[in-house]
Amino acid sequence: MSSVVDKVWATLEPLTDPEIPVVTLRELGILRDVRETAAGIEVVITPTYSGCPAMGQIEDDVRASLEQAGIAARVITQLAPAWTTDWMSDEAKEKLRAYGIAPPHRTCGSSGGAEVSVLKFVRRQPTAAVACPQCGSTHTVVTSEFGSTACKALYKCLDCQEPFDYFKPY
Amino acid sequence: MSTPIDYLLHLADNAVVLGQRNAEWCGHGPILEEDMALANVSLDLIGQARLLYQRAAELKGGDATEDKLAYFRGPHEFRNYTLLELPHHGALVGYAAADRDYATTIVRNFLYSALMVHVWDGLQQSADASLAAIAAKSLKETSYHLHHSRDWLVRMGDGTEESHARAQAAVNHLMPYTEEFWTTSPAEGAAVAAKIGIDVWALRPAWDALVNEALAEATLTRPNFHGYVTEGKIGLHSEHLSYLLGEMQGLARAHPGATW
Repeated sequence: MSSVVDKVWATLEPLTDPEIPVVTLRELGILRDVRETAAGIEVVITPTYSGCPAMGQIEDDVRASLEQAGIAARVITQLAPAWTTDWMSDEAKEKLRAYGIAPPHRTCGSSGGAEVSVLKFVRRQPTAAVACPQCGSTHTVVTSEFGSTACKALYKCLDCQEPFDYFKPY
Repeated sequence: MSTPIDYLLHLADNAVVLGQRNAEWCGHGPILEEDMALANVSLDLIGQARLLYQRAAELKGGDATEDKLAYFRGPHEFRNYTLLELPHHGALVGYAAADRDYATTIVRNFLYSALMVHVWDGLQQSADASLAAIAAKSLKETSYHLHHSRDWLVRMGDGTEESHARAQAAVNHLMPYTEEFWTTSPAEGAAVAAKIGIDVWALRPAWDALVNEALAEATLTRPNFHGYVTEGKIGLHSEHLSYLLGEMQGLARAHPGATW
């Protein structure tokens, strides 16, 4: 890896998600790649959800950081392969939990066969227990499948009674 | 063979029109959780529409942009299913300012998502790599919308006498509009021939199975269909689309190029 690519990674390392400031763009898997091409340095980012309103902010943050460091690079938004919570590092999941957001379960099935990926959502299935980020109890219940941002659902702990956000496996 | 732009516009218009309709619930949801749910569903749909309009604008070239495609085309240029432009109330209320009926909203989201999970799934293999990438993202979002609307369909249908009656009325009202899914428009035909689009007719058995199973669990009856098949996807719309676009496009047309 060239030194300029290393420098770009290092420059962008402190950038965090605008909605969840405890995890970095790299840890979330939004900052996908830095590559050296004939046309110059390219920084590749990918959206979590198609309509995620934070993407504009994220792109601006990346550009501003690069400019400040005096690095000329193009920022490219790439859709494929589609982002999945499986890309999130274990370290990032632990940070989420400590922040009060239950991290996503692993293997959300996005890479499964076609029948699995479509039909697994259709029938009602008992979902895997989500552990409360406060007390660790798995005696929890979903209160709303849609939360404060596109990537989260609302849960409630039936033991410590705390409501909490769950980062949806996706 | 090039990607038929009309096909991308059909997919984009579907998403933007239903996104705009569902957003009408923002601040008016029956409960707080559903208010957030519908706003989130709209956010996904408008996000999908943006990606599709961007791809269409790229292929059109010249000075085409996603905003021009969304805000500066008239109702007759829109290629969405008629089902998606209808107001949130049953057949017997003839004006757009009528009270919104949540059963109508839920049944429509269910019928559309049940189709689109299969459409997006198939489009992951589209010969247009950009469309395939959009499909892979949209499939995950649409699966969640289907899960949400199916859940409420069952709760309403298999709920109280009142909720059952409303859900059944919404099914009776909306089901005939789904016939439009199964006719092939020139844009769809061209897209299928170019291996860019998928043949919706082939999806019908899977859609039927999904819908029939959910209706049975919801203790609802599927009405028989006979009559006029709507043609929104070739630009022949109900009067409701003009009002919807009037609201959606008004600002952009009054202040072209405005930013804030």
